[in-house]
Parts: sequence; structure tokens; C-alpha cells
Amino acid sequence: MPILEAEKVTKYFGGLAAVSNVDFRVDQGEIFGLIGPNGAGKTTLFNLISAALTLKSGVIKFKGKKISGLKPHQICRKGIARTFQSVKIFPNMSVRDNVSLGALFGTPTGMSATSTAKEAAELSEFVGLSAMSELPAKDLILVNQKRLEVAAALATKPELLLLDELMAGLTPTETAEAMELVTRIRDKGITIFMIEHVMKAIMGVCDRIMVLHHGEKIAEGTPHEITTSKKVIEVYLGE
Amino acid sequence: MDITRGVFKMSRLWWLISVILLALLAAFPLYGSAYNVILITAIIMFIVLTVSWAIFSGPTGYVSLATAAFFGVGIYTMAVLGEQLPLLAAVAAGGLISFIIALIVGAITLRLKGIYFIIFTFGLVELIKHLLLYWEVTVTGTRGRFIVLIDNNTIFWVMLGIFTLLMLTSYFIRRSKYGLALRSIGENEEAAAHLGVNVNLVKVFTFGISAFFMGAAGAIMATRWTYVDPYVAFNVLFSFLPVLMAIFGGMGQLYGPVIGAALFAYLEEKLLTVFPEYFMLTFGIILVLFIVYLPDGLVGLIQRLVRRLRRQHANT
Repeated sequence: MPILEAEKVTKYFGGLAAVSNVDFRVDQGEIFGLIGPNGAGKTTLFNLISAALTLKSGVIKFKGKKISGLKPHQICRKGIARTFQSVKIFPNMSVRDNVSLGALFGTPTGMSATSTAKEAAELSEFVGLSAMSELPAKDLILVNQKRLEVAAALATKPELLLLDELMAGLTPTETAEAMELVTRIRDKGITIFMIEHVMKAIMGVCDRIMVLHHGEKIAEGTPHEITTSKKVIEVYLGE
Repeated sequence: MDITRGVFKMSRLWWLISVILLALLAAFPLYGSAYNVILITAIIMFIVLTVSWAIFSGPTGYVSLATAAFFGVGIYTMAVLGEQLPLLAAVAAGGLISFIIALIVGAITLRLKGIYFIIFTFGLVELIKHLLLYWEVTVTGTRGRFIVLIDNNTIFWVMLGIFTLLMLTSYFIRRSKYGLALRSIGENEEAAAHLGVNVNLVKVFTFGISAFFMGAAGAIMATRWTYVDPYVAFNVLFSFLPVLMAIFGGMGQLYGPVIGAALFAYLEEKLLTVFPEYFMLTFGIILVLFIVYLPDGLVGLIQRLVRRLRRQHANT
């Protein structure tokens, strides 16, 4: 059953089609990957889903209902959370407050103070930050800031999580841990849609992968189909 | 801020101290001289302007220079409605009209960021001033208005009432989840929106609340001035002073803007009366020293001293 569907999604920046006529669907419970060379329109597509940008044309549906046209906070409360390619956290707020914010504002009804505290503690534990809950977020190293961003997104109780290059800038060990984190999130019943450049990571965890190039979808399939697709190899390696 | 723990730690002592101080202040007209009553009224007025400015601009980082506009709207409301309405109703009207104007202006302009927002809010003071001038000259055919006379003690008590209401509002905003939302907007507005914070609503509404207190303060203060025209009512100095006072006091804590404004206003009065020639010069020097050496204001200084005392205490 599709949780997210997009039909003919299009976005122009000036005369440039950043995303053009893209159709896709993400199924409930899967890990869906999005790859493509730099400038392919991957982050733009995430920005369109999360309403950071508005569509020029096309429709995006979440659980069968149209969500394009809503505001970012409404998208979040509907059950779609996201992280950013360049980490976006609240540097002078404690780890606990960073996570609490999502629980207080991002859930459909907003949590009470006590359940927020419990939720924040559990999620800090889940991503491995419980020892740092009092620290200001700016004092964390990159990998922990990324984990914090994931915890804050999870605090909004999403059904669909958009991860924009979670593994960028991480060491091989950290990447392995991040991959494990992604599968643990999926095991919680949360559908994952992720952009990634680290091929080993994306091929390892994804059920299906979509490839964008110059704003157009050029391939979609299982990791095996993608790695053997002639078109994808051409785009990545040249003819 | 920590919304879940430590809220009631220490706070009982603080409440007690605050209530005693407030009671002493409220009784002041009974034993203080008329000059001091007027001086303290002016000081409380500056505290009200500074704290209400800091409610919005402190956590969000949106530097508003519209304080004089809302203060002026309050002054003018009193000038127009002071005869018809009872005093407190006119004060409330000054606050409400400022609140409504802030909501409208906020809805249009809070999409602006950084320098653009600052300049717009600054322009708002001039815009309202000149609209009123135009209206007074062409429609009512006057240049200025006389304001009802109220005795100084009543002005003092009403100003103290506004101050009390403001401090409670400010305290509860800081402690509530909206305080956290305001901070998150200041730290990273985009991330806040994607975590479910309705950033525009939170910003516009808080901007309105801060304008309410500025307007109410203007309305009661107007009765001290007997005669106003738009030039007197919309004085841009009232936009800049709260910003300076908040920097002077430090914005990290609730009491920062309070002591900043209190000391600043007191200093201004004393310097003005004792060294009228050197007043601006001394003032400028003090400000420059503060910004260079104490970027966290008086609060930063106090916290540093407390930390040093604790360390010495621990060592002995």
C-alpha cells in the first residue's frame, strides 16, 4: 500500500526545471532510496514533499490525501518528518530541548509536558545520546548532531521519515552505525525515504531505489536492478 | 531553559522576594516624595518597554524598532479616548489597538528577515506618525491634543500594574512550550517549522503581546504630558532605548532587561540632572564599554561573579 504518491511533480528555478514530471510512490514500511548526481533535484524533491518549497505543478499525496499546498508545520503534524543535508538543529538549546520541541509541536495533538519528557529520554536513548541530554547541541560532534536531528524528527511521531544524506561526512564505522539506526527506525514501523551518496549504504539498506538525473526520473527498482541498469551506469560513469 | 525540570526549584524564594518588593513599591507613593514617584514611574515605564521588547525580540532575534510606534499608538489612544473612557478602559484600549496593529503589521512583515525587518519596523514609526499628522491636519484641523490630567500617584499605580502583568506574562511565556518555540525560531526558524512549530502564528502573536504592553504603557504615560502632537507621541528614541537597555542588562535571563532598564533609566536621569553638558558623552562611553567588555550585559557580569564566588567557596 502506498504511503506517499507523487504525480507529475514539477518545480522550476527560473527557467531551469529542477524537478520535472516525476512520478513515484513509497510503500508503507519500506526503505526507499533516492540517488542521483549532484544537482539532480533530490533535495528539491524533499523540499517539495516537506513544503519547504511549493510545487509548480503536480500532486503529492500522503496516505491517499493531497498534501501539496500545506505549510511545513502542517506536513509535519500529518506524519512526515525530515532531516537536512546540512544539519539543522538548535545550537544553544540542550539535546533534551531539541528533541522535546518535536514532541510538543510536531505531533498531531501536541504532547503533555510529562509524556514529552519521557519521549525525549527514550529517543535520546534510541539514537545513543542519553549521556548528553544536558549539553547544548552545538557541543556535539557531527555524527551526534545528525543523530540528534533524527531523534527530534522521530519525536514528532512520523509515519514517514525523509532522511537527506544522513551518512554524508561520517567515518566508515559511523556509517555502519547509521545504517543500523535506519533499519531500527524501520523496525519501529516507520517508512523511510532517503537520499544518499554512499552507494554501499544505500544498496545495503534500501528495498527499492529511484534515480534522478537533471530533474527527471531515469530509473527505479531494486538495488540489484539499479546497479545493473545501463542508463544509471552511463549517468554515473559517462558513456 | 529547561521546561521539564527545575521549574519550581528556587522559584518559591524568587516569588516571595518579588511579592515583597512589589508590595514595597506599591506603597511607595505613601512615603516617597513627589519627585521620586515621578522618577520611579519613568523608570518602570522604561522597564515595561524593554521587557515587552525582549519578550519578542530576545528569543527570536528579530530586532524590532517599532517600539515607538506602539508606544505612540497608546499615547494617541489616550489623547483621543481619554475624555470619553474611564482611565483603565482607555489604557486597555491603548494596549488593544497596539495589539491589533501589531497583528496586522506582523502578518505582513514577519516574513522579512534580518536587516529588512529592522528597517521596516523603523519605518513603521514614521509611517504612523505621518498618517496621523495628515489626518489631524486635513480631517480634524488640529495639530495637537490636550490630555486628561491624572494625579501622579494614580499614574504610578497603573504603571506598576502594567509592569506586574507584563512580568507574569513574560515569566509564563518563558516557562511554557511557547517560550521554547520562540527560542527555536531564533536559533533555526526553518528547522522549527519542519518540527511542527507554526512559526508565523507564534511570531505574530508574540509580536502582538509585546505591542499590547507598549501601547498600554504609552496610554498611561500620556497623561503625564498634558499636550501631545504626533511628533511628541512618535519619538524614535523610544525605539532605540529599549534595545540599548536590553543589551545593557543582558537578555539571557528574565531579570536582565529589568535591571538593565532600571539602571539605565536611573543613570540617564541622574546624569542629565548632575552633568547636563556631559550627559550624552558619558552615556555613550558607558554603552561602548558595555558592548565591548560585557556582551552579555549586567546579567553576564552577575553570573560571572556568582560563579567565581562559588568556586572560592568550594576551594575553602
